[in-house]
Amino acid sequence: MTDATQTRHVPDHLNSRATRIFKSWEALLLAVAIAIFVINSFASPYFLSAWNLSDATFNFTEKAMIAFAMALLIISGEIDLSVASIIALSSTAMGLALQYGAGTPELVMIGLTVGLLCGAFNGFFVTVLGLPSIVVTIGTMSLFRGISYIILGDDAFRGYPASFSWFGQGYIYWVFTVEMLLFVIIAIIYGVLLHKTNFGRAVYAIGNNPTGALFSGIRVARVKFILFLLTGLMSGIAAVCLTSRLGSTRPSIATGMELEVVTMVVLGGVNILGGSGTIPGVVIAAFVMGLVTFGLGLLNVPGIVMSIFIGLLLIGVIALPRLWAMAAAGRKA
Amino acid sequence: MTRLIPVRETILAGAILVLLLLISSRFAGFVAPSNLANVFNDTAPLIILALGQMVVILTRCIDLSVAANLALTGMAVAMINVAMPGLPIPVIIAIAIFLGAIMGAINGVLVWKLAIPPIVVTLGTMTIFRGIIFLISDGKWVNSHEMSPAFTGFPRMELLGLPVLSWAAIITIIIFGIMMARAPFGRSIFAVGGNPHAAVYTGIDVGKTQFWAFVVSGALAGLTGYLWVSRFAVAYVDIAGGFELEVVAACVIGGISIAGGVGSVGGAVLGAIFLGVVKNALPVVNISPFWQLAISGSAILIAVAFNARSGRNKGRIILKSAEATQ
Repeated sequence: MTDATQTRHVPDHLNSRATRIFKSWEALLLAVAIAIFVINSFASPYFLSAWNLSDATFNFTEKAMIAFAMALLIISGEIDLSVASIIALSSTAMGLALQYGAGTPELVMIGLTVGLLCGAFNGFFVTVLGLPSIVVTIGTMSLFRGISYIILGDDAFRGYPASFSWFGQGYIYWVFTVEMLLFVIIAIIYGVLLHKTNFGRAVYAIGNNPTGALFSGIRVARVKFILFLLTGLMSGIAAVCLTSRLGSTRPSIATGMELEVVTMVVLGGVNILGGSGTIPGVVIAAFVMGLVTFGLGLLNVPGIVMSIFIGLLLIGVIALPRLWAMAAAGRKA
Repeated sequence: MTRLIPVRETILAGAILVLLLLISSRFAGFVAPSNLANVFNDTAPLIILALGQMVVILTRCIDLSVAANLALTGMAVAMINVAMPGLPIPVIIAIAIFLGAIMGAINGVLVWKLAIPPIVVTLGTMTIFRGIIFLISDGKWVNSHEMSPAFTGFPRMELLGLPVLSWAAIITIIIFGIMMARAPFGRSIFAVGGNPHAAVYTGIDVGKTQFWAFVVSGALAGLTGYLWVSRFAVAYVDIAGGFELEVVAACVIGGISIAGGVGSVGGAVLGAIFLGVVKNALPVVNISPFWQLAISGSAILIAVAFNARSGRNKGRIILKSAEATQ
């Protein structure tokens, strides 16, 4: 596909800042989000209600928390397909601790620690043993959820304390949920981390040229290990929220969520091959996916049919710009 | 010496033998020929799918949509059978292979023409295919009493002491053995995975070869779709859910390098048989079947770590040793 002899296009002038922002992927995405919002409010009379919209945010807040960490991981050229299984294992660990009488603070600590440990496990295989992250995380995807199945079988853990339900069901003020607050805080943290720190620059450098990054003094393995840790930690936080919201743990919890997280990241304009992408893009993508699934839900579309939309969205988002470019190239030739 | 006896396959075959010996020391009945034939028959779908997946992985791609493809084709042929019970089985099989190949071609076109990473394409089509099953079946099951006796009886039919399902796997193994070693298509698959740039200079179209690899994998998934649905005599949305991971596991355990270009038919088959033996041995040695998922996950990790080690030792000393002999 890439022709080595092709000369690189050098623009004779730079676009103004306004044009760049206007033409960016994020602007396009924002327009799509607004369009979906308008269409939805016409399609269903129940859409434009503060409480319904507040409920709609549950569709994406947990996934988006993982998506921020996943965005950094994908920008650095790796991927973690085990995130949904980390949620299952972390939730199972919390359920198990509950049986031994753990209170809410202990439950949260255990949930986050298991997430971190799973991330470290993935990171060890990828950075220390130098194995491809796709295979490693396909393996741990089976392993982590498999351990949940060994512990739980076809059983479920129930009876989480009332104070634990605050994370997934609590409200800060009026319609604003605890999860929304977490979402905003985590988005800001990751936005600053990726766009304003040396660490963020290192992530881009690794994604664009790992060898070059290594020779310019970046500790590639260490950065990647931290990214796996962060993805594990975020999965742990998502596990706390999801378990708290559902009030029970089954080994099949969050099945298939890795797909939605990856879709969200790619929809947010992150290059699946690494090297580029932004946190604001992922934030808007989270809203787009949340609005689409919520709107379809109001129209009584079953969950499995929604997954067709998610699948089409994932492929379409990557395919359309390429088709566009091919058509443009064809016109010139 | 190492050429005559492929190391990886020998180690894997040894591991399977040790496993069988351990089980037989407590439960002698497990290694009785009739039971081993049962285990093979039970593993046949995994073997067929693993061979298709092998071709895809060899070309540096991955196909995560095989289980969804299997389920969709299975549902489609089951519904065709309910609608037209008189349709002969060879026609049903041809339809299954054709439908599967079409779905593989969709994956292939997206990878070939649009250069979308295979993992993204097949993650997407995986959910799309599953969703389509729900759409065409309306979420309902097709049960055994609705299927014709010929439809459900075919994979069980015995030929020379083995059921047709086992023969399907054996024939696939033979075809792939010949294709990968002797046919231009098989050789170009190794070439594309081993060194895509060199493949281009030898006149092989890399994208096109990857496309055909996906078609082959899809066609085999379609065939397995019919065999699966007719064998278990039921079709519903979630059949073979998560089976794609087991298929990839069989390939990785069989020493097929995820980086492409390295692997063998024997490896894929042994990898599948290893998982099949473990799966069938679990209830015999009184371990809950819920262990299966964790065991295949660990097997993937151990196998990929082990293969990376043994691959690294060889390094790229081919040229140096050639220089030394001059």
